[in-house]
Amino acid sequence: MLYREAGDFKTSYVADSQTFPIKFDRYGYYFILGFAFLVMPLIINDYWANSIVVPFLIYTIAALGLNILIGYCGQLSLGTGGFMAVGAYASYKLMTAFPDFNIVFVIITAGLITSMVGVLFGLPSLRIKGFYLAVATLAAQFFLIWLFTRTGWFYNYSPTGMISAPTRTVLGYPVTGPRASAVSMYLICLSFLVACAWLARNLTRGTMGRKWMAIRDMDIAAEIIGVNPLMAKLTAFAVSSFFVGIAGALLFTVYLGAAEAGEAFGIDKSFLVLFMVIIGGLGSIFGAFAGAFFLIVGPVLLKLLLVDSLGWPTDLAAHLEIMIVGALILVFLILEPHGIAALWRTIKQKLRLWPFPY
Amino acid sequence: MPDTLLFAMEATLNGLTAGVMYALVALGFVLIFKASGIFNFAQGVMALFAALTLVGFQSGQIPFSHLINAIFGTRLHHFGWNMPTLLAIPATVAVMILLAILVERFILKHLINQEPIILFMATIGLAYFLEGVGDIMWGAEVKALDVGLPKGMSDTVDELTFNWFGYGFFIDRLEIWAAGIAAILVASLTIFSQYTKQGRALRAVADDHQAALSVGISLRFIWVLTWSIAGIVALVAGIMWGSKSGVQFSLSLIALKALPVLILGGFTSIPGAIVGGLIIGVGEKLFDFFMQPIVGGATENWFAYMLALVFLLFRPQGLFGEKIIERV
Repeated sequence: MLYREAGDFKTSYVADSQTFPIKFDRYGYYFILGFAFLVMPLIINDYWANSIVVPFLIYTIAALGLNILIGYCGQLSLGTGGFMAVGAYASYKLMTAFPDFNIVFVIITAGLITSMVGVLFGLPSLRIKGFYLAVATLAAQFFLIWLFTRTGWFYNYSPTGMISAPTRTVLGYPVTGPRASAVSMYLICLSFLVACAWLARNLTRGTMGRKWMAIRDMDIAAEIIGVNPLMAKLTAFAVSSFFVGIAGALLFTVYLGAAEAGEAFGIDKSFLVLFMVIIGGLGSIFGAFAGAFFLIVGPVLLKLLLVDSLGWPTDLAAHLEIMIVGALILVFLILEPHGIAALWRTIKQKLRLWPFPY
Repeated sequence: MPDTLLFAMEATLNGLTAGVMYALVALGFVLIFKASGIFNFAQGVMALFAALTLVGFQSGQIPFSHLINAIFGTRLHHFGWNMPTLLAIPATVAVMILLAILVERFILKHLINQEPIILFMATIGLAYFLEGVGDIMWGAEVKALDVGLPKGMSDTVDELTFNWFGYGFFIDRLEIWAAGIAAILVASLTIFSQYTKQGRALRAVADDHQAALSVGISLRFIWVLTWSIAGIVALVAGIMWGSKSGVQFSLSLIALKALPVLILGGFTSIPGAIVGGLIIGVGEKLFDFFMQPIVGGATENWFAYMLALVFLLFRPQGLFGEKIIERV
C-alpha cells in the first residue's frame, strides 16, 4: 500500500533522475541514515562495535570497491587482500612520518596511493581477460604481501614485523589506538562508508559507470561505439582500489590497531570480499551492504548458536562455518545468481503492485 | 667446475621434480576445463579431501566422529582397525567417484548455460564446502600419510653426481617416484582418450557440446566421468603432496600454485600442463637461488604469478593453448 509509484509524479528531470525515485525508499533511506548517525551512537557498546558493526562498515567499503571492479566493469580480481594491505601500510607510513597530519586525510591519501598501485596492476587487464586476469591479480596479492613482510622500511624496522597504529584524534576524540571509544570508531567508519557509498552510487550511474558496464557486457562492442577501454578499465581499477585501500586503512588503524601483512591481509581476505560481492549481488550498491552484512553477522550468529548455547568446541564450529559459507555460495549461485540484491528487487516488484496485482 | 654452477644445476634438478608435482595438480584442472569449460578451483581442495579420506581409511577413523561426539556426547574416534593401503586406495577412489556424481547431480546440472565466471565462482564455493566437510569428517590436525613410497635422499643420484662432479646432488626419492607416476598417469590418460569409446566421447564433448549431444553422447555421464577422473588425479596429487609434507590445510593452496602453470601451458593442453609445471618449478628455484642474496628469500611465494603475468602480456593463450579469437 505504501510502496508504490502511482501518484508519485515527477515534473522535472532532476526529480526523475534522483537516486531513490520512490517516496517510500527515500524516506526509508533518510530514516536509516538518521538512525545510524543519531540513535546508534547512543546504544552501541564495545562488544557490538568490535564483533559486528565496525567490521561490517569496513568490509562494506571493500565490497563496494570490489563490486565496482567485478560487478560493474567485469574485471575479476583476487588481489583485494593485497590492496587492503597497501592501504594499511600506506596509512601506517603516513601516520608515523607526519604525526600532525589529520587521520581523515591520512586515510584518504592511503586510498589514493592504493589506487595508484591498483592502476599499475590493472594495466595487464588491457591484454588479458577473465580467469587469466584473476591469476594476474593473484600476482599482486602474493607479491605485495611478500614485499610488506620482507622490506623493513614498510614496518619501520620494528623487531616483530608488526605495524601498530598510534593514537590519532578527530575533533579532539581519539579514533585510533587503545584509547579510542566504540562510538568514535563507529562514527568515523560510518562517515567513510556513507561518503564512499554516495560516491560509488553517483559514479556508477553517470558516464563513467555506463562506460564500465559497456566494457563488462562486451568489450569489443563497447570499443566500437567509442568507449576507450584503456580509460574505462583503468578508472575502474583506480576507483575500486581507492575504496579497497580506504577499507584496508580503516581496518588497520581503527579496527585492528596492529597488523601483520601475511596474517591480516592474506588471500582469505580476498576471497571473503569476493564472496560478499557474489552473495550480495554483482553490480549493485545495495548488494555490497547485503553481502557484507550476511558474511559478517552470519558467522557471529553461528558461533553464538553453536559454541555459546550448544557448547560445541570452537574448531568444529569454525569448520561448520566454512562449510555453510561454501554451501550458501552454491545455493545462491544456483537459485539466484544475482545475489540478495536481485531477491530484493523481486520483492520490490511484487510490493509495487500489492495488494492489487493487476 | 665452479660451485655456483653446480648449485644452480642442483636447483634446476630440484625445480624439475617440484615442477612435476605442480603439473600433477594442473592436470586435473586441464581435464575438467577441456571437457566442460569449467575452471575448477576446487581441484586443490579435492586433492586435500582425497588425501584426508585416504588417511582416514588407513587409520580406521570414524567419519564425522567429532560432530557425532559434539551432538550426542559420545567419545568415538576409531573403529579400532587399520585398512591396508591396497584396500584404502580403491575405497578412496570410490569416494571420489561418489563425489563426482554428487557434484554433477546437485551443482552442475543446475548451472548449465551459465556464464563461465558464475561456474568458476561455484567451484570456489564448492572448494570452501569441501574443505569444511573434509575437516568435519576427518578432523583438521596435520596427519602423516604413508603409502609405502620411498622417502629421503636418493643415494643413487648422490653417488652418481658425486662421481661425475665431485659434489653429490640432493634429490628426494619421493619426487623421482612422483615423476614416474606422473608419466604413467599422462600416458594412461592419453591412451584412454585416444583408444576407448568413453575417451573418444570425452574428446567429442570437449570439441563441441551440442554436436556431441546430437550424436547421442550423454553430457551428464561425461561430466561425471571427467570429475571422477579429475578426482583420481587429485588423489594421486594428494598422495604425493601428502607424503611429502603431511596432509594439512596448506595442501589446498597448491591449487593456487597450479594457476600460473596453467597460464603458461594453456588451459586446454595436457602436455602444456606438464611443460608449464616444469618451467614454473625450475624458474622459481633458479630465481630464488640467484636473487636470494639481493632481495632475501621466499620469492617462491610470488615468482610463479609474476612470471605468468609477464608471459600473458606476450602470449595470452599460453604456450599450447588454442588461439583466442574474439568476435562481436
